[in-house]
Amino acid sequence: MSRKLILSLLTIVASFVAVAVVYAQDGTIYPTDDDVNRVAKQLYCPVCPNTPLDVCETKACQDWRAQIKDQLAAGWTDDQVIAYFVEQYGERVLAEPRRSGFTSFVWLLPALSVAIGLVVVAQVLRSWKAKRLTTAVPAQSEPLADIPPEVLERLEKELRKVS
Amino acid sequence: MLYDLGYFALLISFLLAIYAAGVAVFGAQSQRMPFVESARNAALLVFPLLTLAVLIVVYGLVTLDFNQAYVADVSSRAMSPFLRVTALWGGQQGSVLFWGWMMSGFAATVMIRKWQRDRELMPYVIFVIMGTLAFFVGLSLFITNPFARLWHDPATGEIIAAVFQPVGTMPFISQDGQGLNPLLRHFGMIGHPPTTYIGFTGFVIPYAFAIAALITGKAGEDEWIRTTRRWTLVAWLFLSIGLVLGGRWAYDVLGWGGYWGWDPVENAMLMPWLTGTAFLHSMMIQEKRGMLKVWNIVLIILTYSLSLFGTFITRTGVIGSVHAFSKSAMGPSFLIFVSVTFLGSLLLMFKRLGTLKAEHELDSFLSRESLFLLQNLLFLGITFAVFWGTTFPMISELVTGTKITVGPPFFKKVTGPLFAALVLLMGIAPLFAWRKQAVAKLGRALLIPFIGSVVVMVGATLVHWPQHPYPFALFGLWLVSFVALTTLLEFWRGALARMHSQGENFLAALGHLLSRNRRRYGGYIIHLGVVMMALGVVGDEFFKAETQGTVGVGQSLAVENYTLTFENLRVYPGSDGREIVEATAKLYRDGEYILTLQPRRDFFITQQQPVTVPAVYSTPGEDVYVLLVGWNEISLDSSTFKIYVNPLINWVWAGGLTFIMGTLIAAWTSLEDKRTASYVLRPEAPRPSPAPVGG
Repeated sequence: MSRKLILSLLTIVASFVAVAVVYAQDGTIYPTDDDVNRVAKQLYCPVCPNTPLDVCETKACQDWRAQIKDQLAAGWTDDQVIAYFVEQYGERVLAEPRRSGFTSFVWLLPALSVAIGLVVVAQVLRSWKAKRLTTAVPAQSEPLADIPPEVLERLEKELRKVS
Repeated sequence: MLYDLGYFALLISFLLAIYAAGVAVFGAQSQRMPFVESARNAALLVFPLLTLAVLIVVYGLVTLDFNQAYVADVSSRAMSPFLRVTALWGGQQGSVLFWGWMMSGFAATVMIRKWQRDRELMPYVIFVIMGTLAFFVGLSLFITNPFARLWHDPATGEIIAAVFQPVGTMPFISQDGQGLNPLLRHFGMIGHPPTTYIGFTGFVIPYAFAIAALITGKAGEDEWIRTTRRWTLVAWLFLSIGLVLGGRWAYDVLGWGGYWGWDPVENAMLMPWLTGTAFLHSMMIQEKRGMLKVWNIVLIILTYSLSLFGTFITRTGVIGSVHAFSKSAMGPSFLIFVSVTFLGSLLLMFKRLGTLKAEHELDSFLSRESLFLLQNLLFLGITFAVFWGTTFPMISELVTGTKITVGPPFFKKVTGPLFAALVLLMGIAPLFAWRKQAVAKLGRALLIPFIGSVVVMVGATLVHWPQHPYPFALFGLWLVSFVALTTLLEFWRGALARMHSQGENFLAALGHLLSRNRRRYGGYIIHLGVVMMALGVVGDEFFKAETQGTVGVGQSLAVENYTLTFENLRVYPGSDGREIVEATAKLYRDGEYILTLQPRRDFFITQQQPVTVPAVYSTPGEDVYVLLVGWNEISLDSSTFKIYVNPLINWVWAGGLTFIMGTLIAAWTSLEDKRTASYVLRPEAPRPSPAPVGG
């Protein structure tokens, strides 16, 4: 609640100081469109389906980008602007899901599944190799010229079946 | 009248599909061939009937019959005849019919071509394909009918879309149609959607054969794999073409400077491609070593189910997406069908596990088999990550009630390392022998590529480190050059061997190498295509530059060593019911004039939708991609431009082309294949027990 209050206060302050541009120490204008896009890139448009805010073409999104510009001009950091948007429109504006709470599952499960998969593959390979040892096929002699090993293998297998 | 004919063609197709599915199984179970043949004839008839239905829809779209609900929805007077034809797959009703039509075409081809060879499997193949088709034609018939007409109800003033005239209504003819979504009004409309649909529907053939093999207890033999290998390749090829064309289209139309946005619909298309790729590799183990029989069945079931799932996502808009042009009532029935297909197939497989006995043996962990398993794991891992990321917003909303977004940063971070590992495997796995690989020999084979790639990486570091200190990018460059060198060296070695043994010159040797061993060297060409695309991705990911700014007439905007000078802005009406705002700007590199660019913003008045059309200066090294994102509407004396410099992006397209060429080479019929095929499957003759070694 207090966070919301602080943010709304900050917005009010921002609207007072809305000079839109300020000059940084090296004389360049801040914030530039590039600064706005840097922040907007990390956000998704709150209304259009699946569109990052930096490329969205609707009027609403242009206004949001203008708002980001004002906020940056008022001295907000990138994180403060993002926090403000999350507060206003919910977590869905974040391009990258958070790594805490329920959304951490979206990050954890793929990693976990690959890790489990690696263990399974290792186990499978081990069992195949163990089978090879128990069947105790005599060691292969020198491979005959020009016959691929897999063909030799098949021939051997068929010969074994016949005998 | 004509539309009644279309409707009846649909109705009869539906009945025939159900008849064919039922009678095929009955005939097979009771061993009565006439029934099976009747089923086949019924199945064959579905194709011309659906063709008729499709032609009637196209006729309505081209002649602008605005009494038709579908025509009023996706066609319009302003659209060119070309676009009116493509509107067949531009909306839901049309695309569901189109899907069914493609599938019936595949079914007809496979039944004419394979009838003699696969008599035992065929009844169940008919059952699977016609069952699926009955579902899709049923959707067309009962839920999303392309032949619905518009009716005006004078009592309520409402306009109703219905096939048959509701009581107390009058026929209604709309003045003009809505027309296609502006983003779809593009030449790409002829390429990406149909190829994608061919890819999606094409996988039904290997899937149907796999299921038929399971039912008949023949899945342990390699017959189904051999029969459908080329079908799988063709479906996969079209899906690949669809992916490349889709990427190119997005780059040209969507105006965000990229080609892949990890949008749910893009992901839905990528997933069956990934599992299909795993399947194409994994079936090699079954062919060569008789291993992984269960796994291959799992992979084809997964691939086909994901194709259906992809269609489901695309066509129902269940996950909010820029591609979800149509919202519909067919969601629930579709979901049930996808689930039944997936779970039913798995259940069948478990019941038939006994018939899938395989001998698994391995001499060493250091063998091609191990790497194949690892590669399969990576493909599946990426598929899972993509699936999980795509569906997680829904899951989150269901579980916690919070809507969240899973955007590109997630997918890049999670799948990036897995893709890198795959590319590495792609380079070294072909050098591994089956069963056992001698370490020393492997070391010798990899030495030159390794040294070469390190040289490339050090060179790139010296040149780029000051401006682009990205360790991952350098790793990417190393990886790409390493894999490219290993693959090229394979060609070199093969050609050298032929030069020595046959006394041919280098080019002839290379040509013969390719033509004599299409599968292997076609595969290598595909790998080279992937490496080229990977290079493009590395360039785009790490070295991309962008800037945005507002400039007045005569003023300039600079990015890297390029400068864009704004000349003027003009507004004029365009074709297709749009108003065009076009900027003229001159592009300079290092102060030297290159060319004049005209980025524009088209505003479609009826749809109230803007489309940004980029102006691109394209070279093999990089693209300068300029967008007009804003302007002074009153005086027209200033414009806001966004400029992207996209390094190496053309390697993505060149890689895509190489990739497709390689697939064509690998899939092309060769004499050798024909011999094997007729030998393996003589219809009535007793089967020779172990299949001969092919390839």
